[in-house]
Amino acid sequence: MNRFTLILLFLVTWLSVFAQTQFSGLRLWLTVPMALSPALICYAALTHGFGITVSLAVLSGLWADSLSASPLGMSVMPLFLLGFTLQLQRHLILRDQGFAQFWIGLGAGAGVPLLTLGILSLTGSQPVTGRFTFIQLLILGLLNGIACPVLFRIFDLLHRSFDYRPLTTSSFRADRETVRGRQFRLR
Amino acid sequence: MLKRTHYLALAGVGLLTLSLLNLPASLQTQVKSAIGASFLPLFGIRAAADNLLDRAGYQVLPRSTLIDNLLRLERENAELRVSALQGADALAENQRLRSAIGAAPRGPWHLKLARVVGRDPTTWWRTIQVNLGSRDNLKPDQVVMSGAGLVGRISQAGLSHSQVALVGDAECGVAVVVKETRDLGIIKPGQTLSGDGGLVEMTLLQNCPGIMAGQVVLTSGLGGVFPAGLPVGTIVDTRNEDGNVFTTARVRLTANLNRLEEVWVLQP
Repeated sequence: MNRFTLILLFLVTWLSVFAQTQFSGLRLWLTVPMALSPALICYAALTHGFGITVSLAVLSGLWADSLSASPLGMSVMPLFLLGFTLQLQRHLILRDQGFAQFWIGLGAGAGVPLLTLGILSLTGSQPVTGRFTFIQLLILGLLNGIACPVLFRIFDLLHRSFDYRPLTTSSFRADRETVRGRQFRLR
Repeated sequence: MLKRTHYLALAGVGLLTLSLLNLPASLQTQVKSAIGASFLPLFGIRAAADNLLDRAGYQVLPRSTLIDNLLRLERENAELRVSALQGADALAENQRLRSAIGAAPRGPWHLKLARVVGRDPTTWWRTIQVNLGSRDNLKPDQVVMSGAGLVGRISQAGLSHSQVALVGDAECGVAVVVKETRDLGIIKPGQTLSGDGGLVEMTLLQNCPGIMAGQVVLTSGLGGVFPAGLPVGTIVDTRNEDGNVFTTARVRLTANLNRLEEVWVLQP
C-alpha cells in the first residue's frame, strides 16, 4: 500500500457518497441510489489496516448523513461495525477469491441499510418503508456484491501501477549447480 | 481476539455516534452544513456541467425549431397575460370580500426558482437538495411546488443549499381537501406506498361515501404550512377502515417527484 492508493480510496469514497445523490434516471430505473460505501468499506477492511478502515467508515457515514435527512451520526455505526467485523475475521476470509468478495459485498450492501433502519427505528424516527423496502435491500445487496470484486480488481491494478515493483531474484547460483556427468553414472 | 486498540475504537466511535445523535437540532443542522460543505466543489462542477450541456444543446438545435419555440412561447405568454389579468381581478375581489367579512387579507405569492441539485442518498427518506439557502431568504417550512403541483416543504435551510422534504416523507404531512366533495383529510407523513414515491396514502377525517377514483385533491390550508388550493394529486382508489369510521384513499401525486429539475419556492 502506498500513499497514492490510500488517498484514492478516500477520494473514491467521497465521490461515491456524492454519486448517491445524483443520477436520477439510473436511480429511478434501479429504484435505489448508487450506494457503494459498504463495498468500499469491505475493500478497506480486507486490504488495509484497522485505523484506515475505521477512519473510512466514520468519514463515509458522516458524509452520507450530511446530505441526508437522517440524524447526523446515524450511518456511522453500521459502516463501522461492518469494517470492524471484517477486520477481525479477515484471516478466515478467502479475500483474494472473486466469489468470496461477491458474497461479502452482497451481505454488506443489504446488511448496512438494514442495520441503519433498525437503529433509526430505535431512535423514534419514521423512515419511509414498505413492501418495496425488501426489494430495495436486495438490489442494494446485488449492487454492492457486483461492485466489490470490481473494486478489488481496480484498486489492485492501481496499486500495482503506482507502487514499486517487487524485486524478483532468481534462486539459481552457478557455483552450486549440480552437474551430472559420466563419472556419476551408476554401474 | 479483541485487542486494546479494538476496544478503544469501539468505544470512541460509540461515543462519537451518541454525542452526534444527542446534539441540539440547530447545532446538528450547522454541523451537517459544515460537513456537507465539502461537497460544494462537486455541486459547482455539476452545475457547470449542466450549464455546458444546455449551451451545447442550444448550439445543435436548428434555427427553425428555435423560431417555432419562440412563437409558441409568445402565444403562451399572451394567453397567460390575459389569465393573469383575470386572476388579478379575482384577487382584488377576494380581498374586498375578505375585508368585508373581517378575514385577514391573503397576499400574493412570491416565487423563487430553485434548481434541484441532488436527492437523498438513502432509500427511506424522500428529500431533495436545492441550490438556494438562507442567504437567498429560504427558511424552514416554506412551501415548494413545481408547475404540476405540490412538491413539499423546506425542512432544512443551509447557507447555500436547502433540503426539501417531499410529500410522503416523514417530515411532510399535508392537510388536504377533496375538490369535488370538500371532504377534509391528511396525507399521512411517511406513508409512501410505492418505491418511486408517486403514490401516497390519504386518510379522510370521517367516512365519506362520495369519494371516488379520479377526484382531485388540493391543499386545504389547515395546519398552517401549506396555503389552500395547491394541487396535490388524484384519487386512485378508496377503502373504508376501522368499521367504516374512516375512509382511506390512495392518491397519485400530480407532480412527478422523481423527475424534478427545477422547483418554485413560495415566499410570503
